[in-house]
Amino acid sequence: EGFEVTYLPVGSDGLIDLDRLVKEIRPDTGLVSVMAVNNEIGVVQPVEEIGKICKEFNVPFHTDAAQALGKIKVDVEKWNVSLMSLSGHKIYGPKGVGALYLRRRPRIRVEPQMNGGGQERGIRSGTVPTPLVVGMGAACELAMKEMEYDENRIKGLQERLLNGIREKIDGVVVNGSMDRRYVGNLNLSFAYVEGESLLMGLKEVAVSSGSACTSASLEPSYVLRALGVDEDMAHTSIRFGIGRFTTEEEIDRAVELTVKQVEKLREMSPLYEMVKEGIDIKQIQWAQH
Amino acid sequence: MLRLASKRLLGLTSREIPSRPVQILPRLYHENVIDHYNNPRNVGSFDKNDPSVGTGLVGAPACGDVMKLQIKIDEESGKIVDACFKTFGCGSAIASSSVATEWVKGKSMDEVLTIKNTEIAKHLSLPPVKLHCSMLAEDAIKAAVKDVELKRTKLKGNSSADAANAPIEKAADA
Repeated sequence: EGFEVTYLPVGSDGLIDLDRLVKEIRPDTGLVSVMAVNNEIGVVQPVEEIGKICKEFNVPFHTDAAQALGKIKVDVEKWNVSLMSLSGHKIYGPKGVGALYLRRRPRIRVEPQMNGGGQERGIRSGTVPTPLVVGMGAACELAMKEMEYDENRIKGLQERLLNGIREKIDGVVVNGSMDRRYVGNLNLSFAYVEGESLLMGLKEVAVSSGSACTSASLEPSYVLRALGVDEDMAHTSIRFGIGRFTTEEEIDRAVELTVKQVEKLREMSPLYEMVKEGIDIKQIQWAQH
Repeated sequence: MLRLASKRLLGLTSREIPSRPVQILPRLYHENVIDHYNNPRNVGSFDKNDPSVGTGLVGAPACGDVMKLQIKIDEESGKIVDACFKTFGCGSAIASSSVATEWVKGKSMDEVLTIKNTEIAKHLSLPPVKLHCSMLAEDAIKAAVKDVELKRTKLKGNSSADAANAPIEKAADA
């Protein structure tokens, strides 16, 4: 009973290896599912190429486009997707509404998660929440109009953020490919500074961290681990999100606060001290717990 | 609709306003933790080659927690006269090690070995998920004491210090 799942590894830039995908597709492969834009590191997967491969092998292709909608061009024909997950609140729409795109030709069939009144052609029973749905539709319409302008503006802000930080401090690493990336996401690792302690000092800025201390399970982010990020760097990552309503002042303030806190925490960091003394941290035998 | 209205009139519907105090944010920092983060005490370094200085280095970067705690011993009285720390870790870890440096000052080495992680955790109101930070601080104190004791026995020319006294972990030789 159940299904066998094959997980594809990613490279250090966060992108899927297409040759590996071709190899792993079997005659009994029922579905290929790849996230279009990753929410943690902002990397955009080569969905068009993946769609082509799936067409070749005649395997249905599902993508989670929640972070892609309204941000990058989504074309179900070009991408050859059979199923696509969408979320309302990610495009400045209301919370509590999402959508699943289902291809008509060739028709893809799904089994309903909920049974009842038979709404949405029996696929999702339950009264459709009209205000939420209209909200999502309106958000999509707006996003269509604003997408290009948004992208250019946000790209400028992202550069401003990254350059602003890099000018003042070193040891800053961008996690994930810089080329294939959504401009509004910047995931940075600050060497020798732990993520949660940095978050404490960035109270004004809405950021998140992939460090173990910020997760309830005390495990560092699996996304960063998949990138092959060194374990000591995995705890140092911070994700900055830039959106339609972010202003230049906010970016400058974020840069100022980040630089200040990183400098302060580096002064408190025994690792930074060791590195300054010329000790190679990787050679130390740590007393593990 | 009418039924509901009449029910309300008669006061028969239950008004669900939670009146009892509920702990809804268990991950909120205790003000002591925030205080230690914003105003860190005793951040710094002593010369680790100084014979009156004991250095305890515990944790691992892979775990996201590294504490270095140093104590300075007064030669005659054997008491800890000064302490400092450096920590790579979350706010709770920083606060735990900062508290540790405050508590060891002015005490004898035997006394500080009795400092328990539970006391540190209580002082900072650490949630269960952060208890390991206080444990690491306790270990750091013990490691620092062990280090300086070893130095002192070496200094006294007592080379019959048994192997069991050797420090568990070696910080890389500068």
